[in-house]
Amino acid sequence: MDKVKINDFDNVVVRFSGDSGDGMQLTGTLFSNLSAILGNEISTFPDFPSEIRAPQGTVGGVSGFQVHLGSNKIFTPGDNPDVLVVMNPAALKVNAPSIKNNSVLIFDTDNFEKSDFEKAGFLTLNPFQELSISETVQLIPVPLSSLTQKSLEGLGFDNKTVLRSKNMFALGLICWLFNRPIDKAIHFLENKFRKKKEVLSANVKVLTDGFNYGNNLHLSISTFQVEKSKHVESGKYTSISGNKATAWGLIAAAQKSGLQLFLGGYPITPATDVMQELVLYKNLGVKVIQAEDEIAGITTSLGASFAGCLAATNTSGPGLALKSEAIGLAVMAELPIVIIDVMRGGPSTGLPTKTEQTDLLQALYGRNGESPAVVMAAGTPADCFHFAYMASKIALEFMTPVILLSDAFIGNGSSLWKLPRLEDLPSITPHYTKAGLEKVNVTSRDQNTKVRYWSIPGTEGFGHRNGGLEKDYNTGAISVDALNHQKMVDTRKEKVQNVSNIIPDVVIEGDDTAEILVVGWGGTHGHLLNAVSNINASGKKLALAHFNYINPLPKNTEDVFGKFKKVVVCELNTGQFVSYLRSKVSGVEFLQYNKVQGQPFTVSELESHFNSLLK
Amino acid sequence: METTNIQYTAKDFKSDQYVRWCPGCGDHAVLNSLQKVLADLAIPPHQTAIISGIGCSSRLPYYVTSYGFHTIHGRGAAIATGVKVANPKLSVWQITGDGDCLAIGGNHFIHSVRRNVDINVLLFNNQIYGLTKGQFSPTTKKGFVTKSSPFGTVERPFRPAELAFGARGTFFARFLDVDLKVAQSVMLAAAKHKGTSVIESLVNCIIFNNGAHGWLAEKENRPDRTIVLEHGKPMIFGKERNKGLVLDGMTLKVVTIGEDGVTESDILVHDAHAQDSTIQLKLAMMEGPEMPIAMGVIREVQEETYDAAMEQQILNEQANSKIKTFDDLIASCEQWEM
Repeated sequence: MDKVKINDFDNVVVRFSGDSGDGMQLTGTLFSNLSAILGNEISTFPDFPSEIRAPQGTVGGVSGFQVHLGSNKIFTPGDNPDVLVVMNPAALKVNAPSIKNNSVLIFDTDNFEKSDFEKAGFLTLNPFQELSISETVQLIPVPLSSLTQKSLEGLGFDNKTVLRSKNMFALGLICWLFNRPIDKAIHFLENKFRKKKEVLSANVKVLTDGFNYGNNLHLSISTFQVEKSKHVESGKYTSISGNKATAWGLIAAAQKSGLQLFLGGYPITPATDVMQELVLYKNLGVKVIQAEDEIAGITTSLGASFAGCLAATNTSGPGLALKSEAIGLAVMAELPIVIIDVMRGGPSTGLPTKTEQTDLLQALYGRNGESPAVVMAAGTPADCFHFAYMASKIALEFMTPVILLSDAFIGNGSSLWKLPRLEDLPSITPHYTKAGLEKVNVTSRDQNTKVRYWSIPGTEGFGHRNGGLEKDYNTGAISVDALNHQKMVDTRKEKVQNVSNIIPDVVIEGDDTAEILVVGWGGTHGHLLNAVSNINASGKKLALAHFNYINPLPKNTEDVFGKFKKVVVCELNTGQFVSYLRSKVSGVEFLQYNKVQGQPFTVSELESHFNSLLK
Repeated sequence: METTNIQYTAKDFKSDQYVRWCPGCGDHAVLNSLQKVLADLAIPPHQTAIISGIGCSSRLPYYVTSYGFHTIHGRGAAIATGVKVANPKLSVWQITGDGDCLAIGGNHFIHSVRRNVDINVLLFNNQIYGLTKGQFSPTTKKGFVTKSSPFGTVERPFRPAELAFGARGTFFARFLDVDLKVAQSVMLAAAKHKGTSVIESLVNCIIFNNGAHGWLAEKENRPDRTIVLEHGKPMIFGKERNKGLVLDGMTLKVVTIGEDGVTESDILVHDAHAQDSTIQLKLAMMEGPEMPIAMGVIREVQEETYDAAMEQQILNEQANSKIKTFDDLIASCEQWEM
């Protein structure tokens, strides 16, 4: 055996891949949190099939978890892994296209038998040759299954527990490889399996043996040393997923505005976690209804809004389609509501667990009549907190539905999050009917902002009838008057446009003296910024303008575009934001770069496209 | 719901809006009865929220002085659920019709009943779509000719009671639009019941389905063709008050007191509070002309309401948790200095 060498790395990408029952998500999450606690920046990307348990050993059931950790600024979960762990040949096959030269590939030799090759659809007994895996890849064969069995031999565990613990052997090995102290990992396991002492003791034993296996055998590979990040602002941090951050943003907004939080939801991948997170916080007075369908998800919520709550609903593309009539009612009744759409691959059921940005036009236009709503999009997992908070603020201060777009990539992925304090967050002032406003009715509004006053049922003196019929501008009574309808349509539009008065300008990142501006929105921010930074580092000029506020657009949008010769809009659809920009901003020739594969951009494909534009 | 000592009259609940239903429509009578009941309940107008969907009857919130929300087709039950759960102190009424409640809104209807949210569902059943000018509804009798069934419907109708019972309803009552006395007593009982109170109001659509309930509504024959059920009272009806209901094996049967040795003591006594709904359902499903149509409160049982159960869970968690604020939540999560 070679002597152990230690290599210093700024950033490393690790991917765990196996059957959907192999525990890859847990392994990946534990390793990510461990790295974050030790001071690394992290960004994670769980990528799993929609089948809960596809046939074992087949490519359809491969589940992966990737983490990017580093001592430098991390924007994305990384493109291709430096270290790949595959639990079977199917996982090898699925990951083959992303295996890069000189990377480390650890595989479970116990699952690399003839029958395993057949299940994964290999034609020969040499999958590495069949997939043309580069010879520069360091193959580390480890009999994970049998070593796990040996580790637990004679301790009285049933076979199922034994087999399910092999992911911990892999985790132990990876901890050794990255010089991670194992006691911290054990601490995580203790929290996770607090109520399952059996499972805990099995996992701890296997984890420890996996770590010692690497340590004792001095596997002939270099270990990785990733130092603490020096680039983060000092303070207290945690690792948070986008969906959890979204839920916490709503909780913070409810307390800041002094309102009860209400969520009407319905289970839908990949948005369910927002509901499941919020339902934990009955201690904070959060009310959650798991409704009978998507429509009831938003309509119970709209009822709660009418009754005076901070109301929200969580969904994904197909659910947003079902909610569109109710969003129209919220537009017409001018009631505050936050609609969270964690986008997935479509159309129809599409690719439920994969990421896309294909709901933008649905969010902007998917309703009958002239029906403007505020549309925003979060950029990173941790960002979801801020934008869920701001979506609530805008809904309550402008009496309007706000659609917040997230996606499977940032919703399920995690990043570092600097813990906020409530007092540091922006104020939220719901637009209540004021005492002293005599004769206020359902359409009475602030003449400057055009925002109507919110009278809460139970308040004496402000009883009113709201509804989906057009109302008279002055009296609030139902009206089919021609000119009144025009005035009301214009008023509702103007009100939403007025939101641009409180949102920040779009900022230029990268080199603002460049001729080419890259434009993106929502969950692609990390990849775009990473690619633009790399191009800048190579000595070329390129700038980035990333949008989180889409309707209305930031006020400086047209000015920013005007500073560049070319504007290239990059998005995970066939060109939805670019078509919106073409309708809103004149005098700019927009180029576009699109991908619709259920996967995020890779930094390398973006760089190569930008380089081709810069030639 | 907080009642007060203020004496209200029906007038206190009449809004300034002109009532736009057709002259002779059964909805007028139900509106008047409701306004009387709201006054009798002594709940202040601002503590009442009236939620409706779409259809002729769903215009009702505009005509009542209270908080009202005229929403979208079929979704009234879900919206009313949200209102009640958000603020359980409000007295919440859902106004709906046979199309709104049982066709497009069927799913929300059965689920609000199943959850037993404390709302009062006033279902106007005229067996027709009125506002879209005369198409058959889920309660239209099979074979009936309408604009969308020129050769007669081939559909079997729903019976609202059966749906409410099937969804494990805790309260079901029925009244006829023209019978103000029963209408008011039933609505009052519904408002006082904790849970989803389903009230089927048989109303006449004078334009598109005139006389659908006419054979019941005729004042002269009404006592023979309907029976007004009261908890704890024998099931006696008829002009002469000499007809009654008995159980013959598993079947309800009409008998005449004084004939074949039948005495008043043989007549079934109505038990609206029985958890076992077998007889209540049989009563609700009686059809003429052989049997009288049951009116009044047919089922009224106590079970925990959804909104109260949720409140209680929140109170329990709040009492037992150290996390009281957002900052506490932040402090509780796994964290590290960087």
